[in-house]
Amino acid sequence: MSHQVIERLRRALPAGAVLSSPEELKPYECDALTMYRQTPLAVALPVDEAQVIALLRLCYEAKVPVIARGAGTGLSGGATPRQDAVLLSLARLNRIISVDPLARTARVQPGVRNLAISEAAAPHNLYYAPDPSSQIACTIGGNVAENSGGVHCLKYGLTVHNLLALRVVSMAGEVLEVGSAAPDAPGYDLLALLTGSEGLLGVVTEVTVRLIPRPDCARVVLAVFDDLAKAGRAVADVIAAGIIPAGLEMMDRPTIAAVEPFVQAGYPLDAEAILLCESDGTPEEVAEEIGRMEAVMRNAGATECRVSRDEAERLRFWAGRKAAFPAMGALSPDYYCMDGSIPRQRLAAVLQAIRKMEAKYGLRCTNVFHAGDGNLHPLILFDSNIPDEVARAEAFGGEILELCVREGGSITGEHGVGMEKINQMCVQFGSAELETFHAVKRAWDALGLLNPGKAVPTLHRCAEFGRLRVHGGRVPHPELPRF
Amino acid sequence: MAELQSLQERIRAAAAAHRPLCIRAGGSKDFYGGPLAGEPLDVSALSGITHCEPTELVISARAGTPLVALERELAAHEQMLAFEPPRFDGRATLGGAVASGLPGPRRAYCGALRDFVLGVEMIDGRGELLRFGGRVIKNVAGFDVSRLMAGSLGTLGLLTEITLKTVPRPRAECTLRLQLDQARALESMTRWATRPLPVSATGWHDGTLHVRLSGADAAVRAAREALGGETLSGADEYWESVREQRLAFFAAAGELWRVSLPAHSPELPVPGPTLIEWSGSLRWLPGPLDGGALRAFAARCGGHVTLYRAPVKPCEGPFQPLSAAMLSLHKRLKTAFDPYRIFNRGRLYPDL
Repeated sequence: MSHQVIERLRRALPAGAVLSSPEELKPYECDALTMYRQTPLAVALPVDEAQVIALLRLCYEAKVPVIARGAGTGLSGGATPRQDAVLLSLARLNRIISVDPLARTARVQPGVRNLAISEAAAPHNLYYAPDPSSQIACTIGGNVAENSGGVHCLKYGLTVHNLLALRVVSMAGEVLEVGSAAPDAPGYDLLALLTGSEGLLGVVTEVTVRLIPRPDCARVVLAVFDDLAKAGRAVADVIAAGIIPAGLEMMDRPTIAAVEPFVQAGYPLDAEAILLCESDGTPEEVAEEIGRMEAVMRNAGATECRVSRDEAERLRFWAGRKAAFPAMGALSPDYYCMDGSIPRQRLAAVLQAIRKMEAKYGLRCTNVFHAGDGNLHPLILFDSNIPDEVARAEAFGGEILELCVREGGSITGEHGVGMEKINQMCVQFGSAELETFHAVKRAWDALGLLNPGKAVPTLHRCAEFGRLRVHGGRVPHPELPRF
Repeated sequence: MAELQSLQERIRAAAAAHRPLCIRAGGSKDFYGGPLAGEPLDVSALSGITHCEPTELVISARAGTPLVALERELAAHEQMLAFEPPRFDGRATLGGAVASGLPGPRRAYCGALRDFVLGVEMIDGRGELLRFGGRVIKNVAGFDVSRLMAGSLGTLGLLTEITLKTVPRPRAECTLRLQLDQARALESMTRWATRPLPVSATGWHDGTLHVRLSGADAAVRAAREALGGETLSGADEYWESVREQRLAFFAAAGELWRVSLPAHSPELPVPGPTLIEWSGSLRWLPGPLDGGALRAFAARCGGHVTLYRAPVKPCEGPFQPLSAAMLSLHKRLKTAFDPYRIFNRGRLYPDL
């Protein structure tokens, strides 16, 4: 049966577009969540939409599942293969079809890298705003599937806010044109529904994105705090003062200590927390906003405020934030990265609660995250060689996520559910909402062949997870890095 | 909450009898979309702000809350709804605004209404009370049902509570007036949009282009010098009259067509007056006119056309027809949320 499908795929696609030998399949056995590995039935590498349609029709008729994949940089296992499924790589659909500087749009194929769009728009002084940390490698198709964020989404929005239109092929092989370059497309907002749907509803074959004019200048305030709670309150104060920073990131003391030797950014080692608060726009606008940001920070109890004087200094201030995750490797053999989001006003309280949990679980937890978005990335440090520590890290992480949900937040702010957080979906949603998700899935993919088993748990699985949770089990293999 | 339970019971009864319901509160948008069908389901009692936290830029309110009440609360905190929905004599409610998805002058510069929807509580066509999204700005867990509700005209369920992201009121604002013919106005707006200028609304009609600048004092001052023209006094009143359609342009009874186009689209080949907003992406045309020809022209530009208001509603509905594949998907989604087709039958498309 599976052999026949591979043969039919070979006949439908050009030579070299279907991989099936163990050596060829090896590089595709996981995405960036490397704890889940599986050899796919085959890997297909079509070069255009017609081949994608042919592949999907063929698999639909044979009832073979299909898992779409971009660059494989996803952190939640959204593109983890299955033994019974064809892995559909969209890497060869990598053409920038057009950039229209006057309409401020770019039409691109899904395999185009995020950064390549901004590079193509740069001659027109335009860029594509969402900038996930993996933007050098990650593809726009993957960004659509995950509704990716980035450091600048507080001011410029997530992927969903920066898309105009998609061409999508359904599992049955039908082409759908969703959204429009003109505002407010007719019918249901399927563009919003598809964005962040983790490859469960359709396969994207073309993306039209909105481009925006590049700001003339950017400067950053580095604010130093002697107390984590004061820094948390400063974040809420900035927003309450009517300021929308271009970026607002927080690092706590252990993070500062870990990164300063790496980057020599000049971070004060005795600080309990630092905030990086960026303003962009015209030079006059930035000067005015930076002044207001500084005043808020000082009122919130900042012991020191440094403002970047030039572009080199701005990049140096940011260097530590960017090096934070690699630097953690020097601090601990293993870390477990969470991705919860909470209302900003609860930052101080949640950070203090995490501090208390450190004592409870006997493990350290560092914090470096998108404070302005309320998107936490607590890193629980542990040593997987000590089995007891793995269990404690799991329980610690579980308590943080449940706290996020209780505070009105979410189990995932930007990494997606995928395989990784599928059990936590049972904490965030009730069975009626999960049933609705399944009904939406069936409306697009009646046979359940697209990326099965990801993102939305079955009620049966939630019932089982409920029993598991009693024993403190959360997610397997928390020792693997998520960044 | 007793109101919710009684609504759930009514919906369950209607579902059991396959009896259509017409969701209604202020009735300010009765003119919009297909004909009203079914027994009225009045949700005006579901009113009141349930959560407002100024430091969060987030507000939650029950669906029947009048927009003016919501905006009054936000103004007290120097905040506003970025998409500037019309309030139509104060009758418009939050639920109706979200269900219709209709934004105002700022839409082209800040984003669509759905961009600001963070979460909804709703009752589906089986009478189940459901909650999607939440009160946080980053949340990628589950399908984005909250934003799907925006613009669905109540055909997928009854919204009972909505959480929106709000924005700070701009520190400075100023409106410029320039005398330009349509071609030069379109060309100017297109050019400005490629530069980082704080434009927050545009309106062209009768040979005059109005441009609103909003933001930091320094940015507004610099842009005012760069754009030229004369400063309009009473600018707030002007933009209110665009938002609420109280300008003389909208006064005539009869058809009103709304044409949505990609940025940098040409003049429409239609005689008679035009009102342009959103840097050229929104064109208003009074009827009667040849809707088929207009739809075909807009489609060639990559846009679409709505018969926004009409004395007699056409049987094919007021919205740009969907492709066969899209219509079929719409029907399947409708069935997923409302299997007995009880909510707002025919309001969005005749078959939904």
